Amino acid sequence: MKLATLATGLGLVASSALADGELYIYNWTDYTSPELIEKFEAETGITVTMDTYDSNDTLLAKLKSGASGYDIVVPSHNYVPIFVAEELFQKINAQDLEGYSNIADGFRNPPWDSANEYTVPWQWGSTSFTVNTDVFGGDIDTYETLFRPPEELRGQIGMFKAPSDVVDMALIYLGYGVCSESKDEMREVLELLEEQKPHVKVYNSDGILERLTSGDAALHQNWNGYSIRARTADPALKYAFPKEGVLTWADNIAVPVGAQNYDNAIKFIEFILQPENIAIQSNFAGYSNGISGSAEFLNEEMATAPELSPPDGTPMVFSETCSENATELQNKVWTTLLQ
Amino acid sequence: MQRIRTFAGIAPATIMVVCFMLLPILIIVVYSFLEKNPYGGVRPELSFEAYSRLLLERDFDDNLSFNPSYLLILFRSIWVAAVSVAACVLIGFPVAYYIAMQPAERRNLLILLITIPFWTNLLIRTYCWILVLRDTGLINEMLLSLGVIQSPIPLLYTEGAIILGLIYTYVPFMVLPIYASLERLDVRLIEASRDLYASRIGALRHVVVPLSLPGIVAGSILVFIPCLGAFIAPELLGGGKNLMLGSLVQLQFSTSRDWPFGSALSVVIMIVVMLALLFYARNARNSGTELVH
Amino acid sequence: MPKSRDIRALPGLKWFSLGFFVYLYLPLLILVIFSFNATKSATVWGGFSLDWYAKALANDDIRRAAWNSLVIATTATVFSTTMATMAALSLTRNKSLPRKPLFNGMLLLPLMVPEIVTAVATLTLFATIGLSLGLGNIIIAHTVFCIPFAYLPIRARLQGMDESLETAARDLYASKWATLRFVTLPLLAPGIVSGAMLAFIISIDDFIITLMVAEAGSTTLPIYIYSLVRIGITPEVNAVSTVLLIISIFFVTLSYLVEKRGKF
Repeated sequence: MKLATLATGLGLVASSALADGELYIYNWTDYTSPELIEKFEAETGITVTMDTYDSNDTLLAKLKSGASGYDIVVPSHNYVPIFVAEELFQKINAQDLEGYSNIADGFRNPPWDSANEYTVPWQWGSTSFTVNTDVFGGDIDTYETLFRPPEELRGQIGMFKAPSDVVDMALIYLGYGVCSESKDEMREVLELLEEQKPHVKVYNSDGILERLTSGDAALHQNWNGYSIRARTADPALKYAFPKEGVLTWADNIAVPVGAQNYDNAIKFIEFILQPENIAIQSNFAGYSNGISGSAEFLNEEMATAPELSPPDGTPMVFSETCSENATELQNKVWTTLLQ
Repeated sequence: MQRIRTFAGIAPATIMVVCFMLLPILIIVVYSFLEKNPYGGVRPELSFEAYSRLLLERDFDDNLSFNPSYLLILFRSIWVAAVSVAACVLIGFPVAYYIAMQPAERRNLLILLITIPFWTNLLIRTYCWILVLRDTGLINEMLLSLGVIQSPIPLLYTEGAIILGLIYTYVPFMVLPIYASLERLDVRLIEASRDLYASRIGALRHVVVPLSLPGIVAGSILVFIPCLGAFIAPELLGGGKNLMLGSLVQLQFSTSRDWPFGSALSVVIMIVVMLALLFYARNARNSGTELVH
Repeated sequence: MPKSRDIRALPGLKWFSLGFFVYLYLPLLILVIFSFNATKSATVWGGFSLDWYAKALANDDIRRAAWNSLVIATTATVFSTTMATMAALSLTRNKSLPRKPLFNGMLLLPLMVPEIVTAVATLTLFATIGLSLGLGNIIIAHTVFCIPFAYLPIRARLQGMDESLETAARDLYASKWATLRFVTLPLLAPGIVSGAMLAFIISIDDFIITLMVAEAGSTTLPIYIYSLVRIGITPEVNAVSTVLLIISIFFVTLSYLVEKRGKF
């Protein structure tokens, strides 16, 4: 018994001694600028430990399990309501934070967190596909190229391995809304995807850059930030802005329930609300941010990247949190497609 | 006191397994009979939906009909795992035999050589095969430059590629146990059998193979089970065009967020594995060695 | 070693085994070659360079992940092999132990569950009981699924291992412990070694379970490497792997030489 008390006491001393100076960040893979972290550490004296995850669902499972010990997490906008409903985030009341006024209009009080009680914006971008224009010289700004590929691209197509983005893009191409709950619409989606399947080389969301740059795939579903890197390696790799509508997403910073270093998390959030800091992040990852005034801190490459500026008139479609029914239909399409 | 002694040896491992494996499995079995929670997890309400979905589906017209999708995926996975096991036995046995008949110190060296590749990560090892197999890969380039073929043959993203990757990953699990049982093989038995049967193959069939059977059985189990649930090789080398059980289960616990169905699939996998074990146990008993005492 | 072992030889076996080792090492060779690639691609050759080694060695995250991996794998191997050896010995040598098939089946249980299920189930369990030991959580999970991998080769070795030597030792009034220490364990050593190796391999390579069970700050090498693979493997990964490979080859050679010197 005494031993236990002693151990607890020691544990408390140890953890409080460390608590002044620690911050545990859990973010998407390859998505945090090392320079940003170094600057934060230098300015605050806080030691940052990074771990990474591969999907919102991994993050969800991890947080649902309770004791994970993270102070900062970065969920996508369509998952924020889920995390909030499941009571996995603590309130940060961003409106009271220093730098809140820096948040650009479109990202202040967004639909997924209407009073910025839980989140502030981190990065936003789009999802479409990258085409090797050496292989195919025609019009790439349409989903036609992806789903009913021309001769040159057949058998050279790489798709994501998760249903949601694939199905959403098919729905947009067919002229329907994302997260469809209509069986007829979803049957059409399945038919379209089955028709496309013989031309698909691989369904995989990992190693996209490698397949594009090595010539293993001439067209690949992709995010705009990664497409910048692809183009840097090979100028022929161009990012498509399908005229039917481009899927858009926004990732957000939140503090999970049970965070051990809440104050440090707040310090970090206030830190990245500063334009000069979030610009470091954007320069690294290749995605836009929701902080006004950061443009002047962006490097030349980012400022001129075509991947970040869709042609005028291209509709931007925010992906949504699909209902249970819609998710079920998506899964049915997916397992039937890949059975 | 005597009782404590009796169980002292078996207790630590058993307690570990019961607490951190049996208990979780029971949780999974319970989950498979519950209703799903839309955002992952389960609702505490009894439901057989997860099991009925294995065979039946509400199609797009809302009719309940037989759905072969999941059976197809199940049989494909069993088939791929079985082929991989067979190939591992065919490759692993001669190699283990060869190693076992080397002088002691070379034996150890060879065994270590088998384990060295594992110091590199599975993903990376699998990735390396992409470099070998793809259209612009080692094999195709070589055949092209030799003039054997005119255009690259598709090697990557095929079922063959998956099996090749699985064998590559798991063949050491076959070699090590077979080696362990062959290594203590009494040379005199072979000498005697050579005298009796006068053929090498005869000696092999009637003496070496039966004696190494515990190793082959252990190896087959060690290879079959991870192959059945594998998803790195199917996804990297198979291109993810045809789902395998491992990917299907993973899908349920991630984007599909259908834990009960994922749990039901896991229960099915466990049943398949147990059937395989029983099959081996019976075979082993018939041939004089037992898997399960 | 007596030449009489040659009587076991089958023609062609040597070449077959040679082919096997080529198959085993071909991807590794490619891996090592591309670790010296000058460009940022692990698949397209762009000239010789040592940059990736400098980069990998200077990377704190990689060092932290490698250290975590080694700590977890070593601890889990020691625990699981010890438990598996004890279990295998009592199952084969302890005459008074009842319900052996049950115990045997129990030890093989971790094998029957697909990794992803183990991962989710273990996570749920840890969450339910509120277990939060940092690396300890991963070590517990690894120890459990390593037990059957350590157990099977050890048991395969024990089964049919000539008991007459042990009986002889006992007849010569050696104590139970002395028999174990000087007769059984030395005879069992190859089984224990291959069991421990399997356990280590399984632990150091594990990805899914670790990813699920890991707490803040316990990223292991496979998790880190997986994160790099997602963007496409860079030669940095190859460099890390090559370093690991060289370390293991160093130890292997060392133990081989030590053993050789001990013999002659």
